[in-house]
Amino acid sequence: MKELIVILLTTVFINNYVLQQFLGICPFLGVSKKVDQATGMSAAVIFVMLMATAVTWPIQNFVLNPNGLGYMQTIVFILVIASLVQLVEIVLKKYIPALHASLGVYLPLITTNCAVLGVCISNIDSEYTFIQAIFNSLGAGIGFLLAMVLFAGVRSRVEENNAPASIKGLPITLISAAILSVSFFGFAGVIDNIFG
Amino acid sequence: MNNKLKVLTNGIIKENPVLVLVLGACPVLATTTQASNALGMGAAATAVLLCSNVFISLLRKVIPDKVRIPCYIVLIASFVTIVQMVLNAYVYSVYDALGIFLPLIVVNCIILGRAEMFANKNSVVDSALDAIGMGIGFTLTLFIMASVREIFGNGTWYGIPIPVLADNPISIMTMAPGGFFVFGVLIALVNKFGKHKPKKSDFGCEGCPSAAACGKLGCAACDEERKEAEA
Repeated sequence: MKELIVILLTTVFINNYVLQQFLGICPFLGVSKKVDQATGMSAAVIFVMLMATAVTWPIQNFVLNPNGLGYMQTIVFILVIASLVQLVEIVLKKYIPALHASLGVYLPLITTNCAVLGVCISNIDSEYTFIQAIFNSLGAGIGFLLAMVLFAGVRSRVEENNAPASIKGLPITLISAAILSVSFFGFAGVIDNIFG
Repeated sequence: MNNKLKVLTNGIIKENPVLVLVLGACPVLATTTQASNALGMGAAATAVLLCSNVFISLLRKVIPDKVRIPCYIVLIASFVTIVQMVLNAYVYSVYDALGIFLPLIVVNCIILGRAEMFANKNSVVDSALDAIGMGIGFTLTLFIMASVREIFGNGTWYGIPIPVLADNPISIMTMAPGGFFVFGVLIALVNKFGKHKPKKSDFGCEGCPSAAACGKLGCAACDEERKEAEA
């Protein structure tokens, strides 16, 4: 159990997918303008990451590896994620319209989100067991949520200020992201000290 | 001939995929810790982009419009797998350094974006030239950014130590914050000195980094924002 919590906290704080590993930068820059949109997008990402891990891990370990097809990983995973996103959208629309109304608009954006494919591949590369893989994905999703929500707050303050024309927009956003990323260095060592 | 040259150079300066179109930011930030990694990433992405643009252009009359995005993704994923296998076999050090970002070329917005915006409307030769131009633009940007980060962060350039900086490296430049910072500064410089003027709204559908990939699929989050802005 301790090991699972360590995996979870490490991916949320120390190896944060967005701020330390640069996965999922596009939505991080594109959809982090308002807190409610950032939350909606992140909730959709957490949901899809968990589903994708639950599907791709068994495929890799029970279908691809026993048949010597490990090299098919990239093609199979991206197809699985793309169809999964479509399927989730259809199912949500039919059976849970309330959830679809809040997450639905973000779902098509997630297919090309490298954080989702990234977490599936890194679960395999790190040779996690199924439970560890699920916790790693949950951590990645929560880390994404944390980065998005924090950054949406930072960003709304940044945009109120009057920056020189050439750094307005994306440059100032990236520089603020750099500072937010420095602040996550503060967590390094914390996990080791608590669970060491 | 002039027209062909224009297609080729378009991607290098005027529509630089990274600095002007702001596509594929993830590998730009992640693989630019060393100049050699950046060249490896640039070469790998260019190879995939060239193959996918040529094949998508060849198949543009065969692929039904409604299922074109899944078809493109399968094509791109196949080429990425080929590149992965080639690198693994012949240039293992690059394969190892790029790690997870090699398979992630599949979801790189530049490749799907060029397929959607250029290759499915233009001839094979034009698409190939476009891919080469975009590839060079991508590689060049990665190389510049990696050089800055390596020189300041590590005190070396392509592994060669730089006299004063080698003793006083600013190691944060090779870490995650340095990536965001250098990328932000580079875009600011392009805005300042390039002919490209900063967009009034960076967050319309054109400004959204995912816009190219969503295309006609419906850029839902942006549309919503645009409606709010219009209201």
